[in-house]
Amino acid sequence: MDWDFIIFSVIKIVCAVIALLTMVAYSVLVERKVSAFIQDRVGPNRTSIPWIAAIPVIGPFLVRLGIFQPIADGVKFILKEDFTPAHVRKIYFWLAPMIAMIPAFLTIAVIPFGSTMGKQSMVISDLNVGVLYSFGIVSLAVYGIVLAGYASNSKYPFYGGIRSSAQMISYELAMGMSVIPIFLFCGTLNLSEIIYEQSGGAWFVWRSPMTFLSFIIFLIAAFAETNRLPFDMPECETELVGGYHTEYSSMKFALFFLGEYAAMIAVSSLMVVLFFGGWTLPLFGLNEPAETIWMGILHILIFITKMLFFMVVFIWVRWMIPRFRYDQLMDLGWKRFVPLAIANIVITATWLWWTA
Amino acid sequence: MLVKRAKLSWLERLYFPALIEGFRITWRHFARTLFKKAITMEYPEQRWVVPPGYRGAPYLVKDTENNTKCVSCQLCEFVCPPKAIRIVPPGKDGPKADLANAEKMPLEFEINMLRCIFCGFCQEVCPEEAIFLQEDYSLVGLTRAEMIYDKEKLLELGGVHQGPIRKWDKKLKDAEAQEAFPIKNN
Repeated sequence: MDWDFIIFSVIKIVCAVIALLTMVAYSVLVERKVSAFIQDRVGPNRTSIPWIAAIPVIGPFLVRLGIFQPIADGVKFILKEDFTPAHVRKIYFWLAPMIAMIPAFLTIAVIPFGSTMGKQSMVISDLNVGVLYSFGIVSLAVYGIVLAGYASNSKYPFYGGIRSSAQMISYELAMGMSVIPIFLFCGTLNLSEIIYEQSGGAWFVWRSPMTFLSFIIFLIAAFAETNRLPFDMPECETELVGGYHTEYSSMKFALFFLGEYAAMIAVSSLMVVLFFGGWTLPLFGLNEPAETIWMGILHILIFITKMLFFMVVFIWVRWMIPRFRYDQLMDLGWKRFVPLAIANIVITATWLWWTA
Repeated sequence: MLVKRAKLSWLERLYFPALIEGFRITWRHFARTLFKKAITMEYPEQRWVVPPGYRGAPYLVKDTENNTKCVSCQLCEFVCPPKAIRIVPPGKDGPKADLANAEKMPLEFEINMLRCIFCGFCQEVCPEEAIFLQEDYSLVGLTRAEMIYDKEKLLELGGVHQGPIRKWDKKLKDAEAQEAFPIKNN
């Protein structure tokens, strides 16, 4: 047994999961704050913890910022009554939130969130089919939602489940095909190697028009995959009450919520890795794997900053564009993005063959 | 009904103009809230100005000479639609009224603020101008019993009524004048 490997893997897993949960909690706060500001409101600004709030200037500022709100939210979710309606199918009803949340967490396993720290490379599992793995896992999330819709045994969740199954499967296709040009360019599925390929500053967003198109398709498909507005057909408050999680309460509802935000983080990370050069920055020699611990930390921070940018994009778009109609959504998926992605693959392949 | 749909141009069907416009609007609002001020009124610190004629909680009032104005006629109790008011009159041997010459004043006067619907009938029906719907709109209590306001509390919250009419003063003067008037008992 390679004890070093096991110990360091466990440390990395624990750190990554804790960081992910914290980011999920705080992205909920960011969502609430940004939405409030866009709607001319104030947002959460009351929650405080006695000692920290008493610090002269910083304390009240943090309280106004709502820094402690996620703690209150979490405690609230745990303490709420966990109500299981009589008409649900119990086993699936219990299973669905777990299945909805776990895939989003599993995706983090292959994402290289930093270069190196000492001898350890900052990726939990450096899989050489990393992208395939993450697409495979991400597509499992649909089962949680469909199962929730089915198990709730009530109209609106059922509609939500049906919609999500159609939507997510359609956009899976466009999403999967949109990234193939990237692999044609770099000839590998390993996410770390894709980052090294971009480390010169030629990030895939602006390397060529084809990869830029890939990025656009991927971004839009990501909105549909994570059930965010303008494509949040499965929950769609105005039509379906709460969609697939209408019948859920307390921590089970929180798990869906967690899963949604964790999926957003996972997809944002994927976008950063595939199109925005991962942890690299073409300045100050930050392109190379780190030699010191501080450089390693800096790389992780760069990665997180890039990822947070996409989180803000996700959140901002929610308040920017109204929800699509269901048929428009399917039209867009099947009649626009799938043909476009296929054309993109053909053009990229031809181009590469021509220039080779 | 047939809704006529506007024909979208090629550019509009790409959704880009809508996206740009959407971003422009949301950014305008975001920046305004961030750098200037949100339009939210932050309640416990900032309070709205209660408009004149507002129907808040009904309280009993005293007159300028610190007399309880209520004479325990029980009209408000009778008219109250949700039966929120309960009055116990003093009875034959009860304490005397504050107002000289007034026959009685209530021994107990309770308003159940949980039942009260703030309709203002009590104020309207009161012949003594002793009960008024005032400006309080946030009535808070931890128990139901706490929300039943008794006479002392109602009088304390109600304050003093500055009305110009001194009905009982006039009656008293009339009565005194009658006493002093030389009446010939023929």
